[in-house]
Amino acid sequence: MVPVLLTSACNRGILDPVGPVAGAEKQILINSTAIMLAIIIPTMIATVGVAWWFRRGNTKAEYRPDWEYSGAIEMVVWAIPALTIMLLGGIAWIGSHDLEPSKPLASKTPALKVEVVSLDWKWLFIYPDQGFATVNQLVVPAGTPVSFRLTSATVWNSFFVPQMGTMIYTMPRMATRLNLQADRVGVFNGLSSHFSGDGFSGMQFKVQVLPPDQFAMWEQGAHGSGLKLDSAGYAALSKPSSYVKPMTYGAVAPGLFDAILANRVPSNPVPLPDHNRPVNGTKA
Amino acid sequence: MTAGIEAPMVGLTHGASEDTGLGQRGPESKSIVVPYGFWLFVLSDMVLFSALFATYATLVHANDGGPTTSQLFHRDLVAVETIALLLSSFVCGLAMITAKRANMIWTQGWLVLTGLLGLVFLSIELYEFASMVAEGAPPQRSAFLSAFFTLVGCHGLHITCGLLWLGTMMAQIWAKGFQQHILRRLLCFSVFWHALDIIWVAIFTIVYLIGTLS
Amino acid sequence: MTLFGRLTWDAIPFNQPIPLITSLVVLAAVAAIVIWITMKGWWPYLWNEYITSTDHKRIGIMYITLALVMLVRGFADAIMMRAQQAMAIGQSQGYLPPEHYDQIFSAHGTIMIFFVAMPFVIGFMNFVVPLQLGVRDVAFPTMNNASFWLTASGALLVNLSLFLGEFARTGWLAFPPLSEKAFSPGVGVDYYLVALQISGVGTVLTAVNFVTTILKTRAPGMSYLRMPVFCWTALASNLLILAAFPVLTVSLALLMLDRYLGFHFFTNDGGGNSMLYMNLIWVWGHPEVYILVLPAFGIYSEVAATFSGKPLFGYRSMVFATLAICIISFCVWLHHFFTMGAGADVNAVFGIASMIIGVPTGVKIYNWLFTMYGGRVRFTVPMYYLIGFMLTFVIGGLTGVLLAIPPVDFIVHNSLFLVAHFHQVIIGGVVFALMAGYTYWFPKAFGFTLDERLGKAVFWCWFIGFHLAFMPLYVLGFWGATRRMQHIPDPTWAPWLDVAFVGAAIIGLGIVLTVVQLLYSIKTRDQRRDVSGDPWDGRTLEWLTLSPPPHYNFAVLPDVHGEEAYWTRKQTAIKEEQLIPEPNYQPIEMPVNTPTGIIVAFFASLCGFAIIWYIWWLAIVGLIGAFAIFVWYAWRDEHEHIIPVEEVIANARERRRIRMEHLHTVSQST
Repeated sequence: MVPVLLTSACNRGILDPVGPVAGAEKQILINSTAIMLAIIIPTMIATVGVAWWFRRGNTKAEYRPDWEYSGAIEMVVWAIPALTIMLLGGIAWIGSHDLEPSKPLASKTPALKVEVVSLDWKWLFIYPDQGFATVNQLVVPAGTPVSFRLTSATVWNSFFVPQMGTMIYTMPRMATRLNLQADRVGVFNGLSSHFSGDGFSGMQFKVQVLPPDQFAMWEQGAHGSGLKLDSAGYAALSKPSSYVKPMTYGAVAPGLFDAILANRVPSNPVPLPDHNRPVNGTKA
Repeated sequence: MTAGIEAPMVGLTHGASEDTGLGQRGPESKSIVVPYGFWLFVLSDMVLFSALFATYATLVHANDGGPTTSQLFHRDLVAVETIALLLSSFVCGLAMITAKRANMIWTQGWLVLTGLLGLVFLSIELYEFASMVAEGAPPQRSAFLSAFFTLVGCHGLHITCGLLWLGTMMAQIWAKGFQQHILRRLLCFSVFWHALDIIWVAIFTIVYLIGTLS
Repeated sequence: MTLFGRLTWDAIPFNQPIPLITSLVVLAAVAAIVIWITMKGWWPYLWNEYITSTDHKRIGIMYITLALVMLVRGFADAIMMRAQQAMAIGQSQGYLPPEHYDQIFSAHGTIMIFFVAMPFVIGFMNFVVPLQLGVRDVAFPTMNNASFWLTASGALLVNLSLFLGEFARTGWLAFPPLSEKAFSPGVGVDYYLVALQISGVGTVLTAVNFVTTILKTRAPGMSYLRMPVFCWTALASNLLILAAFPVLTVSLALLMLDRYLGFHFFTNDGGGNSMLYMNLIWVWGHPEVYILVLPAFGIYSEVAATFSGKPLFGYRSMVFATLAICIISFCVWLHHFFTMGAGADVNAVFGIASMIIGVPTGVKIYNWLFTMYGGRVRFTVPMYYLIGFMLTFVIGGLTGVLLAIPPVDFIVHNSLFLVAHFHQVIIGGVVFALMAGYTYWFPKAFGFTLDERLGKAVFWCWFIGFHLAFMPLYVLGFWGATRRMQHIPDPTWAPWLDVAFVGAAIIGLGIVLTVVQLLYSIKTRDQRRDVSGDPWDGRTLEWLTLSPPPHYNFAVLPDVHGEEAYWTRKQTAIKEEQLIPEPNYQPIEMPVNTPTGIIVAFFASLCGFAIIWYIWWLAIVGLIGAFAIFVWYAWRDEHEHIIPVEEVIANARERRRIRMEHLHTVSQST
């Protein structure tokens, strides 16, 4: 019943991958599950079967009150899990290296660079080459690798688009790297998957995957947005808020991501009377 | 059952008993059980310090533009500190020998000296801390200083507790004499005191020596 | 600075109906119990026989009572979360605002691990280990009492946060920088930190006590490889506590220094490093899982052997597997944060190390299977739990290995899939074992058995309820649902969350039925007396003595021959139709009662409360009080009282008479 329900629903998280990373990860998930089920299902059946057959009332079952050791069986019971784990360990080793988040994806198309900042409680996506930024809306061209640099302006979060694969932490004063790609056009859900405080549930965002030509048009439109992400704009944006509607900044102060990384921009954490966060002015 | 062989049991030896781990003789006597339990406690204390050492090693270069190890540490002062603590440990050993012989005057005398040397150590440490704070290097200055003050301060806190314990032990020996259970406690105290020495040697090497090398 | 620090009338949640009403109900219930005990005149009994007792059996019972009470609290949190998630979908925000919901899931995790699972497991170790080792008490009986009261004082502080102030809103591990003063300025995280520090001291002392007990005080002839498997698992578990809990102490202490004194261990500024906390806390946190589950495996081993009427299959293999898990569990902590970006090599090494734990665990499953093989399996309540566990745990193992594969973890980390996984191993592994042990050793503790039919009903509630509550979470995890959501974004998840709520409600019914079972069994205790002291045809030494055992457990320490000390002895007696010759009885020295534990815990609670609320003078009073009671305790002269030989002989002869009668019935029936 469960598998039917799982596959019948559309647009369903990690089981419905839209890119190479998510696809490979789903495949590892399924292969490993199958390998283990091959061992586990017989074990479960044997558990119930043995317990039932050797029930006290069954006179046909042979009672061997002193049977407590068999070298051959010991050998087998150590060997079965050990061999399974060796197989899965191989999968884990290869998978970890193939799907290492910081490894660039092989592709003829040059990667799109996106800088991701988690704020209380929304996502800022800076397109450094294009010089604009979006909030709670990530727009990427289909079939193009996306190279992310990620950090946080406040506390830890985790950047996750289930249908694109690999999540990664965003941590203040540190930059993590992630490479993903979406091949299917559409709108997909993204979220923070590391608890970050009271507004956490409102940190959902949308990923819009457009065909390359439409993406170029969208880029044009984004530049046209009148909103500017300068120091005042950033100060306003970094005020704690949740369930923020997607928006686009037509211009963004250059080097904003690195300034956030180095703690060189003013930000507004939970306002506290006794809290003095170092404010050294912005770089922009 | 083993009361007979329990008599003068100050050292860590098992005396007449022989522990093969086969449990042939049933439960051990208190003179073995109590120090054994205390050893386990000391081991868990060592784990605690190892976590603090790991923290220090992680954060030693995170000085946030503030003072660094070589600017802050004075090897000479620490050398005096170290000598005081090692001597204190040695004197504590002497006290154990005299306690074994139930010699009240000498035991108390050595214990006083143990405590005084501990106080010397503690005073130098406090002086060092105070001068660092005065130089603008309090623990709030950087992660490195937080880790330094916590690691060294935790050792200092242990020394302080040890001194309190020592005072209590001296009063007990004075009031009650060299009873079995008091001697056991004294043994535990000396284990504790020596363990703090070992930890100090590690602090001296990892914090001060390596910190002033470059 | 005021006299009461940060504590003002605002700390009482007057404007929040849910915590306010809960507080009032809990206070009323506590008051009612106190009045009832006073009216019955039970205080002297409780004071002498439990509160100040140094008897390991009594202390064990107190631990388990604490765990059961806290289970109710932890479950109340759970059902509130399930209700919120079932309600707050789409347009609705449910009935819990985020600042309240966040406290509830933090409290749920903290309470269930530290104040349900831990005291439950430690309670069994207390009750069972000295009996199984054939000795009269643990190595340090007074310290044992103090350990309990320190644990209880931690539990008290956590529950106090319901009435005064708030609890942490950071999750049960309080990751910085969220738990730093800058982002969590309230008292919640302070409650968390202080409560865990106090109970942590109690836990480390327990470990010192039990490692010493197991390694240094065993009955004559009880060599290491003759110890019951439960004792082995208790040893492994306590070694883990000894090595892991100091790291927890350090992680929490550093966070306290950050919060109280402005240090920079994990802050965003000053060069702090929040990844350090993640590493430290999981260096403790992963072994913690095995601290809980290894004794659970021990319980299953006892149950499997007893109710299959066979020795445990592959005893040495089991011991080796236990110690292997004990050691490997320290080499896997990084699998809790593969998504930190540590690099492929690091991730792969820790992933494979984590999977390796699956090998000895798998071996254990097969060994229990072969213990049943060739046996005469009696389907009692503990056996239900064993089989339920084996079926549930293998799936939990499967999902655990999946999570250990870094590329799979990249897509299910922190999701409801993870939540389902750890509940599967903790409920299916630990809770089922605790319920099995509760049923199995209850007659030993109180002299009568629990009702079997109600026990089976409780089992089915847990078994069915668990699967209904958590299987949907696996599915939701696949769909990208993450944990700790106060509001559910996708309306199509609703049916699954409804099923999960129903599952939780069924578990709730199981908890209610547990209470019913207890009350009913007490009421009908005369029909269910365990007169022989050996109601299950047991194999280990706790079944040698009467139920409940005398304070000193054994009139003479039993001589152990062979792996199954009591079984061998029983079979010889049955064959020869006589007991061993009457030994030479001696007077017995037992430790005296002491109020030290509860007084120390009182001062510790006082000091902890003062630190939480910045009432510094009171904190100093607490510290001085604790030191004073310590010195006072050290000064006492009387440590033991003597049980006269006449009393020992009278009790022992009575036991022999009962055993002889029992022997005749056994011989006649075979």
